[in-house]
Amino acid sequence: MNLKGKRVVAVGEREGVTGPSIKLLAESAGAEVVFSVTQCFV
Amino acid sequence: MADPAILQTSYILAHAPDFVRYGSKPSRELAVDPSLLEQLTASLRPWEEVVAYPPNQVFIGNLTPAELAEIPRPWFEHLVPDASPMGPFGRIIDQASLYGLMKLSDDFDLITISEGLAQEALSSLEGIFDDRLENITGVPLGEIEALVKDADGMALYHHGSLAGFMKTVLQEDPSLHAHVLFENLAAKATAVLAVSDLLKRGAVPPEDIEYLLNTGEEAVGDRYQRGGGSLSKAVGEVVGCINATGSDIKAFCSAPVHALVIASAMVSSGLHDKIVVLGGGSQAKMGMKFQGHLRNGVPIMEDCLASMAFLVGPDDGQGMMLRLDLTGRHPIGAGSSPQAIYQALVVEPLERAGLTMTDVDRYAVELHNPEITEPGNSGDVPKTNYRTLAAMAVMRGEIEREDMDDFVTEHGMPGFSPTQGHIPAGVPYLGHAHVAMRAGEMTRAMIVAKGSLFLGRMTQLVDGVSFVIEPSPGLTETNIE
Repeated sequence: MNLKGKRVVAVGEREGVTGPSIKLLAESAGAEVVFSVTQCFV
Repeated sequence: MADPAILQTSYILAHAPDFVRYGSKPSRELAVDPSLLEQLTASLRPWEEVVAYPPNQVFIGNLTPAELAEIPRPWFEHLVPDASPMGPFGRIIDQASLYGLMKLSDDFDLITISEGLAQEALSSLEGIFDDRLENITGVPLGEIEALVKDADGMALYHHGSLAGFMKTVLQEDPSLHAHVLFENLAAKATAVLAVSDLLKRGAVPPEDIEYLLNTGEEAVGDRYQRGGGSLSKAVGEVVGCINATGSDIKAFCSAPVHALVIASAMVSSGLHDKIVVLGGGSQAKMGMKFQGHLRNGVPIMEDCLASMAFLVGPDDGQGMMLRLDLTGRHPIGAGSSPQAIYQALVVEPLERAGLTMTDVDRYAVELHNPEITEPGNSGDVPKTNYRTLAAMAVMRGEIEREDMDDFVTEHGMPGFSPTQGHIPAGVPYLGHAHVAMRAGEMTRAMIVAKGSLFLGRMTQLVDGVSFVIEPSPGLTETNIE
């Protein structure tokens, strides 16, 4: 996936994929991650 | 060097339907749309249904997790016939008893209750805290109405009607506002009963306790040190642990497991002999998923405060040995993916001991009741965790891929714990593990907890900690005899 030129807000979840993991993936695809956070839904 | 063991366990559920409106989520939503209160109130469960609710019966020990797995969902439609609020290692109390516990735990006249409620509370608590029952006094309802009208604080309800008042100590100090004090007093009161029951069950005089470790998520303190305070000694004082000192361990959901490891290290080193690890109920989390419950037409099931207490001391031949050489920890550099967490918490300590993942009879992970979380689109948290563990066992070549479901069934369990912050992570299983070890049915269990450090916005990190328990050699010998 090519996300070059895209801005990404990464909202992760503790029991699944965390915010920093999504940020890493999005950046590796060329995106600019403007905000990343992990949520805990329990 | 003494071998540390968990000697007793104690669990409390306090049914508090009139506290739900003051949970963090309901109170924020009700401020926006007050008309929601009618719908919320209509979806609360009566006492009989709360007692007979299968996961609650598991929490206090009248049903095993394996028996719960055999009961069809939804569990709220498959109530346990003739259910008792008293269990082998826990009990369920009603809201009047909770108000009474809050009154007798209140050293600053923070809470005022009506005469009728005080009478109801007194009759339910006689014989438990006789030396403090004189604190359970009530005032005419008119006085409460006047407080609601003229004083700073919050109205309290019982059976849907005005029955009390919680005062704000200092308007300029958000840490001493009524809703914060209400949370803290509820945590203290529920922990008081858990510790009292623990010591009675173990026939341990309160004065024998040397150290108390509170693990709750409440924030005690005033404007200068929000959350920096402690509940340990406050709880111990009410229970009569006059020779104990104590401190609080703060680590979100993983605090109780950290504290049990620390308590065991204290015992092992000879620093202290008898230690109580405790945690009171989390009022802020009541009704957290209520919107999902209303949307799906199911009862609001976050209607109980949960508390717990554990006695840690040198092995007396009847406890669960906590293997300090098999603890797992989540170092800062370990990474925060579920695989990285379980690598650190589960695989690494087992590898260190030359054990495989199937050498552990049961894993107790995040034990949130899925019936509470699924309507809020949070999924079945225990199942997700057990499938991650099973996948790691496959990756390690310890089981075949087609055996993953069997691994989940044989080494896991259904979630049965209320979503009460620090309560659900691993430790609700300790009572069941003790029973299984006494019966000679279990040789090893691993208690695993994760904590959401990122919630405070000071780090993106998660936390985690684990330990292994095994039956005391004394228990094994008893079984052989």
